[in-house]
Amino acid sequence: MPKNTHDVIVVGAGHNGLTAASYMAKAGLDVVVLEKNDWIGGAAVSRELYPGWKYSNCSYVCSLLRPEIMRDLELYKYGLQIIPYEGSATMMKNGDYYTHYHDHDMTINSIRRHSHKDAEAYERYSRDVLRQCKIIKPLLKMTPPDLTSFKPKDLFGALEFAKHFAAKDELGGLGEKEIYDTIRFYTMSIRDYLEEYFESEITKAHLAGSAIIGTALGPCSPGSAYVLLHHYMGEVDGSVGSWGYARGGMGSITQAMMGCLKDHGGEVKPSSEVTNVITKNGKAIGVATQNGDEYYAKKIVSNLDVKRTFLEITEEKDLPDDFVRSVKNFKIRGSSGKLNIALDGLPEFPCIPEGDPGGGGDMHFTETIEEMEGAYDDWKRGEWSRNPYVDMCIPSKSDPTMAEPGKHYMSVFIQYVPFNLANGGWNEERKQEFGRHIVDCIAEFSPNFKDLINHYEVRTPLELENEVGLTEGNIFQGELTMDQLMFNRPVPGYAQYRTPLKNMYMCSSSTHPGGGVMGAPGANAAREVLLDMNVPQKGNYY
Amino acid sequence: MTQDLRYSALKKTPFHSRTSLASRTNKYYNWNGYTVPTEYSTTELEYTAARNGTSVMDLTPMGKYEIIGDHAHQFVDYLVTRDLSKMKDNTVAYIIWCNEDGKVIDDGTIFKFSSTKFMLCCAVKIYNWLNDSAYGFDVTITDVTDTIAALAIQGPTSCSTLKKFGATDLETLKPFEMREYKIDGFDILISRTGFTGDLGYELWTEPKNAETTWDNIEIAGKELKLRPFGMYALEMTRIEAGFIQTNTDFMAAEDSLRPTRMRSPYEIGMGWLVHLNKNSYFVGKKALKKEKEENTTERCLVGLDIDGDKPAHGSVIYNSKKEDIGIVTAALWSPIMKKNIALASLKRPYGIKIKENIFAEIYHPEELEYRKIWARCKVVKRQFFNPERRNKVPADLYE
Repeated sequence: MPKNTHDVIVVGAGHNGLTAASYMAKAGLDVVVLEKNDWIGGAAVSRELYPGWKYSNCSYVCSLLRPEIMRDLELYKYGLQIIPYEGSATMMKNGDYYTHYHDHDMTINSIRRHSHKDAEAYERYSRDVLRQCKIIKPLLKMTPPDLTSFKPKDLFGALEFAKHFAAKDELGGLGEKEIYDTIRFYTMSIRDYLEEYFESEITKAHLAGSAIIGTALGPCSPGSAYVLLHHYMGEVDGSVGSWGYARGGMGSITQAMMGCLKDHGGEVKPSSEVTNVITKNGKAIGVATQNGDEYYAKKIVSNLDVKRTFLEITEEKDLPDDFVRSVKNFKIRGSSGKLNIALDGLPEFPCIPEGDPGGGGDMHFTETIEEMEGAYDDWKRGEWSRNPYVDMCIPSKSDPTMAEPGKHYMSVFIQYVPFNLANGGWNEERKQEFGRHIVDCIAEFSPNFKDLINHYEVRTPLELENEVGLTEGNIFQGELTMDQLMFNRPVPGYAQYRTPLKNMYMCSSSTHPGGGVMGAPGANAAREVLLDMNVPQKGNYY
Repeated sequence: MTQDLRYSALKKTPFHSRTSLASRTNKYYNWNGYTVPTEYSTTELEYTAARNGTSVMDLTPMGKYEIIGDHAHQFVDYLVTRDLSKMKDNTVAYIIWCNEDGKVIDDGTIFKFSSTKFMLCCAVKIYNWLNDSAYGFDVTITDVTDTIAALAIQGPTSCSTLKKFGATDLETLKPFEMREYKIDGFDILISRTGFTGDLGYELWTEPKNAETTWDNIEIAGKELKLRPFGMYALEMTRIEAGFIQTNTDFMAAEDSLRPTRMRSPYEIGMGWLVHLNKNSYFVGKKALKKEKEENTTERCLVGLDIDGDKPAHGSVIYNSKKEDIGIVTAALWSPIMKKNIALASLKRPYGIKIKENIFAEIYHPEELEYRKIWARCKVVKRQFFNPERRNKVPADLYE
C-alpha cells in the first residue's frame, strides 16, 4: 500500500475545504485534498447534465463569499467573476407584482405602489438590518472565543467579540439600545420582526423569503429573523445584502479555488472517498480511502459536516462520550429541494412587464406569510409543500456562459421539502412527482414555461445527502439557530475548529460562522491550523 | 441634423435620441462640449456589462482629426514620440505627443488608412496644435469630431454582438487593426481598439447612420447581455486596465497653468512610447533625449495595490517616515479583482527603486465624519487587469 505523507490532508473538496487548503498551500504547506466524487466542488458546482446547458446544481447565487478571500486567493485570475443581480420580484395571482431593484430609490418607488407607509418604513428597516450586518461582519472572520476558558487568547477574544456588540461608535460598535435590538433580532421570528415595520402582506412576504431559505424553521418560528440576517450580511462590492451570479455557475468558485491551490503546489484527488480517520495514541495521523489508499499527515482537516466527520469517518472510541452525544444532537434537518431546468427560450412571466429589471434576479410567488407558514406545516407532516415557496432565477439572463444565446437555464430552489418523506420515503417515482408538482406551480405564472423545457434535474434532500454528502440535505450543514451559532457551533466547547482528537480539525459550514458559500469557516480553520504549526499567515483576511 | 448652437451651451451627439431614451437616471455631463450620459441605470451593472457581456458607449465627443496629404505619414511621425515609420495601412497605434520641452500634451490613437490619410483621436482639442505643427508639411487637417459618429462596443461578447449586427468574420480582426464594412447599406469602419482593457471594438460612421446603427446593435446584442454604458463605468474599466486620462492622471502641457505640473512621458509611465532612436526628428525629441541622458526624470506614475477595501480617492502617499511622496490620481475598488487599486504619481525613487513601505492616507466618509485610514500600499504593474481574451485571435465567440 502506498504511503503518502503530506503536511495536511483536507477531507472533501467543497468550497470551505478548498479555501482552507489554498490558504495553507499559500503559506507553504504540502496539502492534499481528498474528494469522494469524481468531480470537485461539493455544493458549489457547475455540471452539464444536458448538452449545451450548464447548471449550478446545488448552490446557485453568491453574496456571502468573503471578498478578502477572493482577493487573497486571487480567484479572478483563475476565472471567477461575480455578476450582480438586477432585481427581484414576487408575482401575484391578481396579475400584479412586487419588486426590489439594485437601486434603492427605485425599490422605494416600487414598494410605494403597494403601501406608501411601507415604502418609508423600508428606509428604517434597511438601516436597522444594515446595523446588524455591521455588527456581525467582523465576527465572521473571528475564531469564536471559548467563554469558559481563562487562556489569554480566549479572554481577549471574548473582549473583542463583546466590543462589536457593546462598544460605542468610535470603537466600531453600537450603543446600548442597539444591543437590545440585536438580542431581539437573533431570537425573534421573521413575521414578528417584519410586523414592527410593514403593513402590506406582499412586502412582508417578499422580505421574509430570505429568512426561510434553507432552514427547517417557518416564518413564525423564533430564530428565523437571524436566518434573514445570514442571507443579508453578504455583499457584492460593498453593496451589503446584494446577491450575484458566479459567471459560469457556482462551480467557477471552486474551480478558481482549485486553480489557486494547484498554483501553490497543492493537490486534489477526486474519487477518493475517505472511509476512516487513522488514529494512534489518541491522535489523528492519517486517513484511509474507499479504494484502499492510505494518506498520512501532520494535520487532518475535515470539510464534512460535523455528523459525518464524527459519526461516520471517526471511531466513537476515539472521542469523549459527551462530545459524541452533542454531535448526535446537532440539528441538521433537510428542508429544501431544487430543480435545474434547461429551457429552449425565455419563459414569459406576464406579471412582470418586459424589460423590468425586477425580473433579472430572484422571482417568487408567495404572497403572504401565512402561505409560507402553510408550506412549512406540510413539511412538518413529512410532505413537500403543496403551495411551496420558491426562489427561482434565470442566471442565463445575465450570464452568457450558461447556455447558447437565446437559450436559458433556470434554477428553482424549493422550500419546504422533507428528508424523511412520509408514507415510505423517497423513491424515483415520488421524486419525479415532486418535480412535476413544482413545474405545475411555476406554469401557473408562465403560460409558455412548460413548452420550453428540454430537460430538468430534480434534487431532493436525499439526493443532496447522497451526492454532496450534506447530512439530511441541510444546505447550511446544520441549522442556523442561536443554540448552534458562534461559540456553540458546532457544539459547545469545540467552536475553535479543533476537535477532541489531536491534529484533527473542522473547516465545514458546521463551524462558525455557518452555511452559505462564504469560505469563512475554511479560512478561519486554516488560520488555526497554521497557528498550531507555527507557520506565519499572510493576506487580507487575517 | 444641424443644430443651432448660437444659444446652446452643449451639443447633442447623433445618438442622443437613443442614449436619452436608454437613460433611466437622466444623469449627463459635458464631454468636449457635448451632452452625454454619466450613468444610464446603475454604474455597477454597466461596468458588469463591459466585463461580462457587451457595453455600448457613445464616443462621438472624442476629438477626431483627419490628416490628409502627400506628407501625412511624415507629419504624423514627426508629431508623435513613437516610431510610426513602419506603420501598416488599416492599423491603429496608441500614441502620445509632446511639446518642444518634451512635456506630454495628450495621448490618443492614430488610424492609418494609407500613407496619405490618417485619423487622430484624442481627449483634448488639438486642431490648433496640429495646424501649427504642420507648418511646412503638405497636409490638410480637418476637425471631423462633428462629422463622424462613434461608438465603443466593448466586452467579452462584443465580437458576437457585432458579428450578429453584420460584421462578417470580425473575429479574425487583430488588436489594433481596422476594417471597413458595408452593413445595411451604411459604410462602417470597425477597429479593434478601446479604453476598457478588454476585448472590444470601436465603430465609426456618418452621423446620418447613427440612430439606425444604434438600434441594430441593440437588437444584435439582445441575447448577448448588451447594455449602454456611461462615463462612470468607463472610468472604472480604464483604471483596471491602467490607462491614463489626460488632466486626471497628469496635466496636459497645454492646459497646465503651473509649469511645474507638466510631465514628460517618462513621468507618466509612457517611456515605452518614446523612440529616441527614430530616424527622423519629432517634437520634443531634444528635450527628451537630454532628460534620458541626464537622468533628470523626477516622478513616475505607478499602480498601487492598497490594503483594505476603501478606495484611496485623492489620497496623499507617504513613506514610512511620514514624508509626502506623491498623490493618488485615480482610485477604485475593483469589482472583478476584488482589489483596492489606484494610480499614483510618486516622486522618484519611490515607485521605481523603493516599492515597499509606502502608505496611503485615506479619508473614508462615514455619515458626515471621516475615518482616517493608514493603508499599506504595494507598487504593482499599472495594468491591473489584462485578460487573455483581450488580444486573442480569433476573438471569443458566443454562439
